[in-house]
Amino acid sequence: MTIFKRTTAIGALVASMVSGAAFAETELTVYTAIEAEDLTRYAEQFNEQHPDITINWVRDSTGVITAKLLAERDNPQADVIWGLAATSLLLLKSEGMLEAYAPAGVESLDPKFVDQDNPPAWVGMDAWVASVCFNTVEAERLGLTAPTSWMDLTDAQYAGHVIMPNPASSGTGFLDVSSWLQIFGEEEGWAFMDALHENIARYTHSGSAPCKLAAAGEIPIGVSFAFRGAKSKAAGAPLDIIVPSEGVGWDMEATAIVAGTDDLEAAQKLVDFTITKEANEMYNVGYAVVAYPGVAQPVEHFPENLLDAMIDNDFEFAANNRAAILKEWQSRYDGKSDPQ
Amino acid sequence: MTETATVSAIESSESKRVVRGKLSRDDIVMRGSMIVIGLYLVVTMVFPLYAMLSKSFSTYTFDLAAYEVQVSDESGENFSAPVTLLALNEELGVVSASDLNAGSDGRIGVTQFFPDFSFRSPVNYRLRNTTDAGRFLVGSTLNQSVEWIELDSNTFRRVQLRPVKETGLGNFRTYFETPALSQSIMNSVIIAVISTIITVTLAFWFAYALNRSCMRFKGFFRLVAMAPILVPSLLPGIALVYLFGNQGFLKELLFGASIYGPIGIVIGSVFFTFPHAFLIISTALSISDARLYEASVVLRGSPWRTFWTVTIPGARYGLVSAAFVVFNLVITDFGLPKVIGGQFNVLAVDIYKQVIGQQNFEMGAVVSVVLVLPAIVAFAVDRLVQSKQVALLSARSVPYAPSPNARLDWTLFAFSSLIAIFILGILGICQFAALVKFWPYDLSFSLNNYQFDRMDGGGWASYLNSIKLGLLTAVVGTAVIFFGAYLVEKSNGFKTGRAIFQMFAMLPMAIPGMVLGLAYIFFFNNPDNPLHFLYGTLAILVICTVTHFYTVSHLTATTALQQMDREFEAVSASLKQPTLKLFTRVTVPVSLPAILDISIYLFINAMTTVSAVVFLYSPKTSLASIAVLNMDDAGDIAPAAAMGMMIFYTNAAARILHLIASRGVLSRTQAWRRR
Repeated sequence: MTIFKRTTAIGALVASMVSGAAFAETELTVYTAIEAEDLTRYAEQFNEQHPDITINWVRDSTGVITAKLLAERDNPQADVIWGLAATSLLLLKSEGMLEAYAPAGVESLDPKFVDQDNPPAWVGMDAWVASVCFNTVEAERLGLTAPTSWMDLTDAQYAGHVIMPNPASSGTGFLDVSSWLQIFGEEEGWAFMDALHENIARYTHSGSAPCKLAAAGEIPIGVSFAFRGAKSKAAGAPLDIIVPSEGVGWDMEATAIVAGTDDLEAAQKLVDFTITKEANEMYNVGYAVVAYPGVAQPVEHFPENLLDAMIDNDFEFAANNRAAILKEWQSRYDGKSDPQ
Repeated sequence: MTETATVSAIESSESKRVVRGKLSRDDIVMRGSMIVIGLYLVVTMVFPLYAMLSKSFSTYTFDLAAYEVQVSDESGENFSAPVTLLALNEELGVVSASDLNAGSDGRIGVTQFFPDFSFRSPVNYRLRNTTDAGRFLVGSTLNQSVEWIELDSNTFRRVQLRPVKETGLGNFRTYFETPALSQSIMNSVIIAVISTIITVTLAFWFAYALNRSCMRFKGFFRLVAMAPILVPSLLPGIALVYLFGNQGFLKELLFGASIYGPIGIVIGSVFFTFPHAFLIISTALSISDARLYEASVVLRGSPWRTFWTVTIPGARYGLVSAAFVVFNLVITDFGLPKVIGGQFNVLAVDIYKQVIGQQNFEMGAVVSVVLVLPAIVAFAVDRLVQSKQVALLSARSVPYAPSPNARLDWTLFAFSSLIAIFILGILGICQFAALVKFWPYDLSFSLNNYQFDRMDGGGWASYLNSIKLGLLTAVVGTAVIFFGAYLVEKSNGFKTGRAIFQMFAMLPMAIPGMVLGLAYIFFFNNPDNPLHFLYGTLAILVICTVTHFYTVSHLTATTALQQMDREFEAVSASLKQPTLKLFTRVTVPVSLPAILDISIYLFINAMTTVSAVVFLYSPKTSLASIAVLNMDDAGDIAPAAAMGMMIFYTNAAARILHLIASRGVLSRTQAWRRR
């Protein structure tokens, strides 16, 4: 009996302490796919302005976080999503899971980076852009000339020397495919991919793997994203980062409020912060293209003409046709069991 | 007087029904505990599998009858009478029945039902759901209401229909109608059959060399043959990339064929299944009756004939059992084809691709159901064969002792050396690659690849998590499994209960890890489940791993317990000692060698398993084996090799500790065995 009484007493004490703490500050559960090493930096900057709001991060890769959010559709656990692919956010929007909100100062952002609805359901942070990683040492050994366009990649000399991510599992792979369909049009886009498929050594699961494999010389040409290429180049890989002349696909990391959050006010404060100039400067450390015009400083080893090459990406097309595109892609290329 | 009264009472009751002994306190405790452990198996295996099965039947279909439209004339007003899309489709036949089955993210554009549609025309459209179940998107905005909305042509082209949830066989139909998916069944079976034939053949000759020849260094060969058990199945895949990949040392040996695909999967499968096949066949070959060989010599049988009429029949159960175990391991393995499979799709990887890549949980469940079938068949055949195994060694048998035969011994020695070189080469190349700075451009040594914190996969924390998981699984798992086995073996009566328990204990062996892991998502990630709080914790990884490896541990425990006479229980009962006291004071100490075997088995498997836990880890509970997978996935192959070798060294160290502990335990508690 006494033991029981004592535990209740302690329980009451703990409960009062916890609720006391809850009065002192608000906690937000934030889902993210940002690189793990950046999280603390982002949270510290935010807390300089809002010391009373604590961020509880839940981090995983884009695919996993999207799956998690969709699985929690009827019982959302997240308050805010900070740093997830815009195409993923569009999927969530179409499920009615996002709370539309126009953050203070949204008009100063590049309109490309803001949802077209008013008020917008999501706002962008930075972009990751497709590029081709080209291993100069291996290319010389194999006698390959450097490609300058996507069409070049279908040339017979590259047979078996190109590697790209599988669009079904990789966000980068999907942005490539959806951009080709937008650049070349539906029919020619598939014709291009048919020709490219003849040269592809294999399709990887992850979007950064092709560039790393190119860096290691395993396959000389990797279709990946520019940021990854710049990182590998900085690590000493003999890489050229090529921006194909037809234009390149891209996706952005974006922010949104989850509908039904317990603390809308705090969530709005966080989203307000994510589009400020300071926040965009913070994104610029890793990303060369950010939503706030005029902020971006060049990132080392990053191709210069990248911003102009970014296509006018139709995210709604990409999100709404994702299932159909992937089905078509799989029936064309995934069923082939011969591994080259 | 009273005695006779009781006897007559018993007699009178006997005439009505069978007499049952009154349950003692002990019996109640034991049955209660058995029910608790039985419930554990039900909750951690049967319920999740049920959840998965029902998920595979949950489909998404477009219900065209749930939408009504009205079209205006050129003036933009004067709307036509409402008509459902179903009626339009029956008229035009634009969407076929199979297109109406879709994943949860399926969409159908609405304009295809209007052949005259042009987004520039002044025609306006009205659209509504006829029931609350209907859903459509305007752009990305979800509309679920039954009110009419009016849209101009340019907006109307952005309308997409969404499927609604139903129950049915639609997913299975889609699966078998999609060649990209169903092709994997054939691929998986072919790979498993080829690997099985090669592994069993090699393992047979290796075991033959160790048991039936007089070659040298048998202890060394035995040690080497067991090494592959200590590494995740991902590791041989990584080694093959370095050996036969486009930058590999031995690339020329493949004569232009690519290692990415069936060739790689087969070579890697032979590596990681070899010890399993070797162990089983070696046990079969170690028992033999020399009298049969003498008889064969007396009858002037040639050595070749003796081999086929005495040796092979004596080992046939071992061979069949090994074949099915290897088949099962290969067809359910996920790590190896993930690393080296290239474009060659197999079932286990398909589950991962469906779930992690495409968030198509329903299709993942369908592939799981497909994968369980061959695994269960292989398992059932193996059990059947094992139950047929009869004692070859009778009391009158004379153990066979091989006699030296220089030519045979040296041939077998050469063969065994080749196997040893293969195994050690795979491990060696991984260690070498892990220490090289930037393969293949800078071959100087550095420890850069060990800076796991700078890579994907969770860093050094994941390594520590793995050790934590290994220790917890070993301690908790051994306690639960051994106690459960004790209850099944030694409790009285309760026949049905014991039979059911035994069945549950055998089931995990037949369930592939990927399937178990996916089933756990469906069961534990359901917000309505009171056990939902376990999701994402280390506890669920421990539970999953214990369940995944339950069967072999359970069999080890029952074998050890069957060697103990049931008289112990009778004696303790007559001394009025509770059975649990007997359990702790006698049974556990006597069975310590088996208990240690179970715990090392659980530890090593917890360190190397990928398949079950890949769906269950959270960022805070990432594991070393998962880190190998994720680093390889991201293209960081050298750090993946480095982490894989860390697992190898840890397991090797655990194995050595286990040997020392076993020796110590044996000398202290098992002195009675030697007299």
